[in-house]
Amino acid sequence: MLELERRKVPSRTMIWLAPVLAVLATMVVGGLVFSALGYDGFAAVRAIFIDPLITLRKWQDLGLKAAPLVMIATGLAIGFRANVWNIGAEGQYVVGGLAGTGVALATWEMTGWWILPLMCIAGALAGMAWAGIPALLRTRFNVNEILSSLMLTYVAVQLLYYMVNGPWKDPDGFNFPQTRIFTDAQMLPYLSGIGYLNVPLALVISLVVWFLMARTMLGFQIRVVGAAPMAARYGGFSQRRTIWLALLAGGGLAGLAGLFEAAGPFGQMVPAFPTGYGFTAIIVAFLGRLHPLGILAAGIILAVTYVGGEASQSSLGLPSAATGVFQSMMLFFLLAADVLVGWRLRLRRRVTE
Amino acid sequence: MTDASADRLELRNVTKAFPGVLANDRVSFRVRPGELHALLGENGAGKSTLVKMIYGVQHPDDGEIVVDGTPVRIASPRAARAMGIGMVFQHFSLFEPMTVLENIALGLDERLSASALEGRIRAVLARYGLSLDPHRTVSTLSVGERQRIEIVRALLLEPRLLIMDEPTSVLTPQEVAQLFETLRALAAGGCSVLYISHKLHEIRVLCDAATIMRGGKVVGTCVPAQETPRSMAEMMIGGSLKDVRKAAAKGFGPEKLVVDRLTLAGGGDFDVALRDVSFSVRAGEILGIAGVAGNGQNELMLALSGETPVANAGAVRLDGAPVGTLPIARRRRRGLAAVPEERNGHAAVPGFTLAENAVLTARYRKGMVRHGVILGAVARGYAEEVIARFGVRATGPQAMAGALSGGNLQKFIMGREVLQVPEVLVVSQPTWGVDAGAAAAIHQALVDLAARGSAIVVVSQDLDELLAISDSLAVINEGRLSPKRSVGEISRDEIGLLMGGVHGEHAGGENAAEREAERA
Repeated sequence: MLELERRKVPSRTMIWLAPVLAVLATMVVGGLVFSALGYDGFAAVRAIFIDPLITLRKWQDLGLKAAPLVMIATGLAIGFRANVWNIGAEGQYVVGGLAGTGVALATWEMTGWWILPLMCIAGALAGMAWAGIPALLRTRFNVNEILSSLMLTYVAVQLLYYMVNGPWKDPDGFNFPQTRIFTDAQMLPYLSGIGYLNVPLALVISLVVWFLMARTMLGFQIRVVGAAPMAARYGGFSQRRTIWLALLAGGGLAGLAGLFEAAGPFGQMVPAFPTGYGFTAIIVAFLGRLHPLGILAAGIILAVTYVGGEASQSSLGLPSAATGVFQSMMLFFLLAADVLVGWRLRLRRRVTE
Repeated sequence: MTDASADRLELRNVTKAFPGVLANDRVSFRVRPGELHALLGENGAGKSTLVKMIYGVQHPDDGEIVVDGTPVRIASPRAARAMGIGMVFQHFSLFEPMTVLENIALGLDERLSASALEGRIRAVLARYGLSLDPHRTVSTLSVGERQRIEIVRALLLEPRLLIMDEPTSVLTPQEVAQLFETLRALAAGGCSVLYISHKLHEIRVLCDAATIMRGGKVVGTCVPAQETPRSMAEMMIGGSLKDVRKAAAKGFGPEKLVVDRLTLAGGGDFDVALRDVSFSVRAGEILGIAGVAGNGQNELMLALSGETPVANAGAVRLDGAPVGTLPIARRRRRGLAAVPEERNGHAAVPGFTLAENAVLTARYRKGMVRHGVILGAVARGYAEEVIARFGVRATGPQAMAGALSGGNLQKFIMGREVLQVPEVLVVSQPTWGVDAGAAAAIHQALVDLAARGSAIVVVSQDLDELLAISDSLAVINEGRLSPKRSVGEISRDEIGLLMGGVHGEHAGGENAAEREAERA
């Protein structure tokens, strides 16, 4: 009979090796699965996982995808560390993009250095406000934030559809459901060879959050509340404040990431704006061990699967769902590996009387 | 093959290893039929593992368990019960909203009609002179009565060996006396009892023989009646025990902590609130608060520490200033420190290092934070100081709190608070589950802190502990606190009656402890 036995102290090496093993397992099993489906499975694995990394000109694409993932995941990880389960980053991301778009449309044909910062502030505040709803519901009425934040995502998406189909529809846009294209003053600066400004900013944010979490009372508070709520109360930390803090941090970073996308790669608001970054970021957060620097690495890995997945659609004829399959498999193997990090599998002889 | 004259239970070189520890190392001993046999040892000596193997919860890696002369494999608790082995656990598994009868029915292997079961329960109650109403709801019962349910549950199977794990830790002295009567009656009927406890004076009056374990091995046997509690304790720890040194005569300073008519509404249906609790503690004084668990101690601790501030600021006063409404962090800055009963996850975060656990409560008084940034070196330095001064066995400030043994973690937690030299220290169960050596060190630290002029409140269920270190004593029962009495003026029996409080089922229990003492 097989049984799980809790390890006294999980190995620190294994804690960090588990994500690596999960990625390797995904590559092997993914290859087998797609071979069984009649594709060239291992070519697919190479196209999805390896090619984007070794092709220099793909690196900008990686940055483009990794930056929002890292930003959102870093914010989510703050909450996850505090046992606050914000699943609605996608909605906060959409609302952040919408708020920035609102500022952009209101400042149409204006110029000035202040326009972009104002858009950033609006984006972050909107994301925080959207995440503030589950925070309020949780702290006031004890409503589970997993459900409330997730459901608000769909509200945000409907709000987006309404805005681009109605009030914000481009008057010169041949009735397409999209807004005007942002002007130069409303766009993120493009750094040649790197990408939009959000790529270096994501790196900076990741380092700042790492410092906050590891070295300050703020981070300490979040970690204690997540690790031992009773000890947090004993230490003098308010759980209510921590829930607010965690959701606002996650919402703010998701909102800002949304604004960066709107004012960067999209350059306008379109119905295709919700790309699922908010959900994929959950995988990134866990693959990165909820550690800001781990998330940086994990964000790049997930970006690789996006870029590689897109490329393999044309080169190998893989279905577009292949990327999602690989990403989900990665989370699955990570969770499985985590069980084995914390527990050991033992074969127990069945004892008979 | 069953031999009537054989030992009821014999263990031959029973060995059990867990990752990293040898929990039981070639343990051998015998229990005669009808013998009251004590299993003695500090926490972590391997007693629990051993009885779990006898009860079929775990299985030996090596060695033999022999019951009535026949080597057996005990696959499961059900198999153990079928062999006539019963066990009463320290923690009860009872459903509070259900009746005694329903609870017993749920724990039985066989299915019986309610009336047939009630008949058997009444027969057992009559045979051992136990009082228990099968139709009462568990939530209305005292802890002693709840334990009786577990005992009846075990006795219904007519066991030939009954294992009792720390049965008296939640009982009043009178309830203990009653339990001992039951156990003696059982033994007289031929049932052997394997009795696990660290309360040595109880073992002296109850048990016929004792096996002493240390570090997973049997290190000795004795006839408890021929020993003193001290000599047995020394066998347990394998060294000589230090006495708590108390200054002979000491005067007390001004009142440091005053609690004035503190009343708290209960949270849930079964919660005991606080009713008009008033007391004061002076500088240099150690006030012990005795009581059976669940009588409002937790609420009192939370209200005193500030984990749950109270509505009336004047209900808790520190050096004359009302602090009742202040949250815990503000009270701590003013010099009121507290240590809750539960170490893991309350007084300390198991997944954090000792240095981080130092930050948890010592950050303000020890200056570990500047502009919101944690000064890691200061935190590590303080953790190191606690480790050194309190003899904590840990690899250093970076050791995980969860990797420490219970006793070592408790020493660290007590050291963390004591070395901040608080004006007032409130502690709950300071030596719960801590070995005798560590307990003595913690007691000494409390006495020394009081000698420096701090006021200390110790909430404990261990009467011996309170009598050893307190200057004065009060008893909490159903949320009410008795008036404070000087330790010299109050007898163990009086305390026991106060602890039993309104349960009032001990009419014949008066002087029970004295009778116990005479037997010894």
